[in-house]
Amino acid sequence: MAAILEVNRLSAWYGPIRALFELNLTIEEGGVTALLGANGAGKTTTLRAICNMVRRSGTTKMGGTDITKRSTEDIVRLGVAHVPEGRGTFVALTVEENLRLAFHIRKDRKAAERDMELVFAYFPRLKERLHQQAGTLSGGEQQMLAIGRALMLGPKLMLLDEPSFGLAPLVVQEIFRILRRINEHERVSMLIVEQNAALALELASHVYLLETGNVVTSGPSAMIRNDETLRKAYLGY
Amino acid sequence: MELFIQQIVAGLTSGAIYACVALGLVMIYVSTDHINFAQGEMAMFATYLAWALIDAGVPYWGAFGATVLIAFVGGLFIQRVLLKPLETAPVLSLVVCFIALLSIFNALAGTIWSYTIKQFPSPFPPKDIFGDGLVSVQQLGVVAVTLIMLGILTVFFRYTTLGLAMRAAAQNAASARLMGVRVSWMLALGWGLAASIGGIAGMLVAPIVFLDPNMMTGILVYGFAGALVGGIANPIGAVAGGFIVGVLENLVGSYVIGNELKLTFALIVVVGVLLLKPAGLFGQVIVRRV
Amino acid sequence: MAALSKSWATKSGLPLTAILFWAAAALLPLAGSIWEDPSFDYYMFMGQSMLIYAIAVLGLNLLIGFNGQISLGHSAFFAIGAYTAAILMNFGGWPYWSTLPMAGVICFGAGFLFGFPALKLEGHYLALATFTLAIAVPQLLKYKAIAGWTGGVGGLLLEKPDPPWDLPLSADQWLYYVCLVTAMVMFWIVYNLLRGRSGRAMMAIRDHAMAAGTMGIDTALYKTVTFGISAGITGVAGALSAITIAFVAPDSFTLQLAISFLVGLVVGGMASLPGCLIGGVFIVLVQNSAQSISDWMKVSFSLRYDVPAWAIYGVLLLLLMYLLPTGLAGGAASLRGALARLTASGATPREPAVSPNQQKEPSR
Repeated sequence: MAAILEVNRLSAWYGPIRALFELNLTIEEGGVTALLGANGAGKTTTLRAICNMVRRSGTTKMGGTDITKRSTEDIVRLGVAHVPEGRGTFVALTVEENLRLAFHIRKDRKAAERDMELVFAYFPRLKERLHQQAGTLSGGEQQMLAIGRALMLGPKLMLLDEPSFGLAPLVVQEIFRILRRINEHERVSMLIVEQNAALALELASHVYLLETGNVVTSGPSAMIRNDETLRKAYLGY
Repeated sequence: MELFIQQIVAGLTSGAIYACVALGLVMIYVSTDHINFAQGEMAMFATYLAWALIDAGVPYWGAFGATVLIAFVGGLFIQRVLLKPLETAPVLSLVVCFIALLSIFNALAGTIWSYTIKQFPSPFPPKDIFGDGLVSVQQLGVVAVTLIMLGILTVFFRYTTLGLAMRAAAQNAASARLMGVRVSWMLALGWGLAASIGGIAGMLVAPIVFLDPNMMTGILVYGFAGALVGGIANPIGAVAGGFIVGVLENLVGSYVIGNELKLTFALIVVVGVLLLKPAGLFGQVIVRRV
Repeated sequence: MAALSKSWATKSGLPLTAILFWAAAALLPLAGSIWEDPSFDYYMFMGQSMLIYAIAVLGLNLLIGFNGQISLGHSAFFAIGAYTAAILMNFGGWPYWSTLPMAGVICFGAGFLFGFPALKLEGHYLALATFTLAIAVPQLLKYKAIAGWTGGVGGLLLEKPDPPWDLPLSADQWLYYVCLVTAMVMFWIVYNLLRGRSGRAMMAIRDHAMAAGTMGIDTALYKTVTFGISAGITGVAGALSAITIAFVAPDSFTLQLAISFLVGLVVGGMASLPGCLIGGVFIVLVQNSAQSISDWMKVSFSLRYDVPAWAIYGVLLLLLMYLLPTGLAGGAASLRGALARLTASGATPREPAVSPNQQKEPSR
């Protein structure tokens, strides 16, 4: 299968502290890849480094185009939607404004309006709260809004940073169900960072396991799921 | 009673000027989350540029348009060159930078054109509307221009995607970048627009208070008061606030403390609003879930 | 600014450089008796001004550099101190030296009162409130209703004090010593304040107010008291200026004065005690050379009108913000640090983990 994202020898720093040590990742087009590991393994940093939000070295290629030196906003315009840690909601804007912001970069207005309907189809609750100030939404609703915002960008690749964080189990299941549908129906490739390994392994087809900034192992998720030693050592179950 | 009405009308007309200045302040606040202390001096400097053009023989509206454009570019330039490197600096550095700009513009105007008062022409004929000295065409013109600018800005911020992008960039730069917004350019655009609005305010004020490098300092403080009263994040609120402050200032000045303590009055308004209702009368209170 | 915590805060005793400095400053007037320069009294006056501005900047630094608040309005407290001294001397017949503590107390009160509303304001908003204060004060001082006390637009003329006990000093030499002793007292007070618990609390509030609060520090109390002390110190400087200039008038206390304090603070270095002295010296030097700089620029650039001091302040502020944000004192400290590391281990100097310009204030 073709690779939608190729990351070579990616290193990243927070000030003088190095967080990633020459990672190599390949994200398959159309698939869901999970990035797993304990706290502090460097999962969030990897997503940030891909979007050029931290100091980094190495190369990143998307669909053949070198995006290593591009700014964050340009990378987004090339088709990467990053749903950040903490959701990144525009708390002072309404739900509608949060979504409509994407119109700023969509050249095809009709496609964008269609995508808006799509978002409402996936998340009817957002349509109910359309004119509400986004900061008053619950955690789960804000997560839905964040995914909705990402969808509105019409992306080829979605990066999701801990979508289950702080959410009730039922809400998390609903969201992961929707993510699967998005991946299958809209053909959006995904790279998911998760602490909830079980959920991620169910959704993803391919897994990378990180520990303190290095890739420990990688492979099909079935392989990781069935390897008890690996699961116990790195995923805690 | 007639005196009272005269006071109200006078208050509204000076209020229009404060509203105009307040609009520029709101512009910068909404698009960059900063309070621009140099707004008054930038407006004054733009007005001097207009004066220089008119003095050189350029017809009024040509000079007006050119000044608006030059101010726009100037504002853009200031943001891109001077403020961008300070994007992650602490608030204090930014405040110092604004104060520096204030000083430089004031000094530049004085150096280039001296501190002697100059006359500035008005595009409005020197007539009275109702014939009896109540309201002049000039004063009405100021109100009209202010309201037109307000209309344009409100529509821009509320109903256009670019306006939305600017608001998003100011509120949450990181998230805005993740939505593909070129945040730095949004900030620059905000400054450009604010500089233009300031220039227009200056050109409206100058025929009335006469042109000199210190003409905007007192007015700026009233602009702040007006913006705070109405809500510094809200163009409509800021304009309303400007009018309210204008009327209050006149009434308090005539009936309570006399005209000599106007700036102290502004101080009380500023501190009072910041303490009691920092979001202003028409401002939104933003709820943040922890 | 967290990177600028001082080593003198933990060491005991006074740094040697401080002792040497104050000793040299005390001996300065005696040089006049040796040199017999007719304009020596003018140098004494300059020295007085430098010390006065140093004290004013010290007050501002306490608030901004060590406590993380902001004020563009310290010209107001300077004015209150000056007018307190003037009114007490003129109408109350108070001896000049007794007006100093009084000015300090009254300005402390004013600052403390202003500190209450200031609690609810952060960053830009506090800057705005103090900015408005600075602009309102000159007009307030001209108010006709209180002109009986303040002398209105024309201000008040005072008598310049003579040296006591028939000391063999000129009036200006004596006043220099008055300023010097006052400065020493002020710096000593602040020095000890900062070395103790209060100082650490103040700086904790500056660096992370929320964390300081959760550690049991009464941030509201500390912030208001700091505002008061800061205003009090600057007020004492104002009183000194009334005494040494023997004149107070509203237009001496404009926004430009507040900005010159800010320039002194930034040039000298925030959160730096020696920086305050550097700042004071600097302000006076700029004031005195403003005319010559203007003349030079008029000739070099064929300008028609004078270049006001504003321009110099503004350009300096901008340059410093970009090139030397820690001021001259900070720059000197960095240099010393770099040299020490070079000579100590022979290794190349590393950059600090967090530089002041990289810290973004926690959101309001």
